[in-house]
Amino acid sequence: MRQVLTGNEAASIGAKLARVNVIAAYPITPQTAVVEKLSEYVANGELNAEYMRVESEHSALSACIGASAVGARTFTATSSQGLMLMSEMLFVVSGLRLPIVIANANRALSAPLNIWCDQQDSFAVRDSGCVQVYCENNQEIIDSIIQAYRVAEELLLPVMVCYDGYILSHTAEPVEVPDQAEVDKFLPPYKHPHPLEPEKPVTMGPVGVPEYYEEFRSMQQQAMLAAKHKLLEVDRDWGKRFGRRYGLFERYKSDDADILLLTAGSLSSSAKELIDRYRKRGEKVGLVKVRAYRPFPGEELVDALSHAKAVAVMEKDISIGWAGALFTDLSSAFVDVKKGPLIIDFICGLGGRDVSPLQIREALRAAAKAAETGEVKKPVRWLGLREKVVGLGM
Amino acid sequence: MRYVLKALGKDVVVSMATGCMEVVTTPYPESSWRVPWIHSAFENAAATASGVAAGLKALDRKGVKSVAIAGDGGTADIGLQALSGMVERGDNVLFVCYDNEAYQNTGIQRSGSTPFGAWTTTTPIGKLVRGKDRPKKNLPAIIAAHGAPYIATASIAYPLDFINKLKKAAAIEGPTYVHVHAPCSPGWRIESNKTIEVARLAVLTGSWVLYEIDNGKINVTFKPPKRRPIADYLKMQGRFRHLTDEEIAEIQRMVDEQCKGFGIE
Repeated sequence: MRQVLTGNEAASIGAKLARVNVIAAYPITPQTAVVEKLSEYVANGELNAEYMRVESEHSALSACIGASAVGARTFTATSSQGLMLMSEMLFVVSGLRLPIVIANANRALSAPLNIWCDQQDSFAVRDSGCVQVYCENNQEIIDSIIQAYRVAEELLLPVMVCYDGYILSHTAEPVEVPDQAEVDKFLPPYKHPHPLEPEKPVTMGPVGVPEYYEEFRSMQQQAMLAAKHKLLEVDRDWGKRFGRRYGLFERYKSDDADILLLTAGSLSSSAKELIDRYRKRGEKVGLVKVRAYRPFPGEELVDALSHAKAVAVMEKDISIGWAGALFTDLSSAFVDVKKGPLIIDFICGLGGRDVSPLQIREALRAAAKAAETGEVKKPVRWLGLREKVVGLGM
Repeated sequence: MRYVLKALGKDVVVSMATGCMEVVTTPYPESSWRVPWIHSAFENAAATASGVAAGLKALDRKGVKSVAIAGDGGTADIGLQALSGMVERGDNVLFVCYDNEAYQNTGIQRSGSTPFGAWTTTTPIGKLVRGKDRPKKNLPAIIAAHGAPYIATASIAYPLDFINKLKKAAAIEGPTYVHVHAPCSPGWRIESNKTIEVARLAVLTGSWVLYEIDNGKINVTFKPPKRRPIADYLKMQGRFRHLTDEEIAEIQRMVDEQCKGFGIE
């Protein structure tokens, strides 16, 4: 059924269609509408689940751990500071191998306080052992939440579905809502292989002594690498049933392009429009949109980008003191590639600053110039930065 | 812990906070636990146990009790928010606080539950500091202020009283709280064969009062026939060795005040 939905509504309907058993929720802008909507579903009997109104995000994820450990399908949603408060438990969730699905409406981090969109929050927890998927539009949100449970439960890994705060969370667009009966065929009920139950007591979360700790981590790494195939396998099945596929990343007019943009999230849509305009003029430009960030599809991206002369990464995050996360990971994927493209990092759209077509054009032009001259003078650049701000010594 | 498991039986899921008990009982690949058990972090035993209770309810697993166990640091300090949330929401969890009056696992640091005057490694005895300068946080009263249906204090020196309270608490559908006083021999600077004697003296001096709050009604479950002076308790422990007669008299006044509140002579 086609409905006009905000990103937050899409996320909550996704969780409902996945028939989650336990929801632990704490409000935070711009995610709040997700947990509001879910509380309505529970209140009016549309969703048969335990709804826990916890006192913090830390407890939200802790409660999900307890519920998931006894075998319940669990869901929570958060943003920004909430994700930071959860971050201790993100590592625990993945270490305990609990298939919890977390929706994250991407929002900037304090200080200064800022409620608007960038992707610093989820990129900051990239090492937590959670699968991370970035959505471009509201259709992808609802589809990704449901897909996430298949991936999570088949590999025993937590999955974080990220979507841009406000730009997607609060913007309504037409979304095809999958039929419940079809979703039920796609997603069987969850069965933890060894839940906490008195009949067969297990110890979950023991002390990992030095003789074993590395093996635990290595097993997580193996599962995460397997998630690349699992994401594709689940996505193929989804495509067969619902006619929509997303892959680990999307190649948009990229196959013969000399100059490529690399993006994640909603920025990709704006960039695609610009690519179309340049293409009409006969310029060989294209775009690759990263969907799965963890596991990072390094080899696959090398394959998709190697033919280009230059790649402009545009990202809404910065590891202060070096570069953005996408750029860092992409560069390391090319480390053993003899003739890879030149790569430039463009930090943009932090704290909800609009990324205009002019800025996208600036990134493309800079990449084209690098391709022409064969060198990158400054690998990390900022787009749309105001040179003079009243009261700030820069 | 043996008493807790003895009282509660097999049909439990235990969520335990970080601490000595967690460390010594579960070095992978071994475990001392014969009931389902989970550790996730330090400050969140209550929230984890709340999730267990919600999961059990969602899956319609009747007759299994969610139990949280944490030390005094994991209860009174870093875990207080999660515990407050658990009780306020009315979650069906029995929370057991194992109170040995300091962060003993990390090596005897002051907690909110450390008593007045006690030496710890972060309240050392020096020219300017003479042990902890604040009284022990009254956890049962904080939980009582939430309106929990059942709250009890206990001591490892009175196992029958402890077991009865645990059974009573576990049988109640809703948030219940049992706070057991238990010496840590290295942390309190006592011989380990004096552990029970010291625990008993805490009760006999009125420093630790055994009571329950059953639906708001306070019952003192053991009244010491004739209270022993607090000095008898303090002088057995190295952590109070530095106290002067005046300081001991001050602590005696605090204990007298506390006992008056409970109607203990």
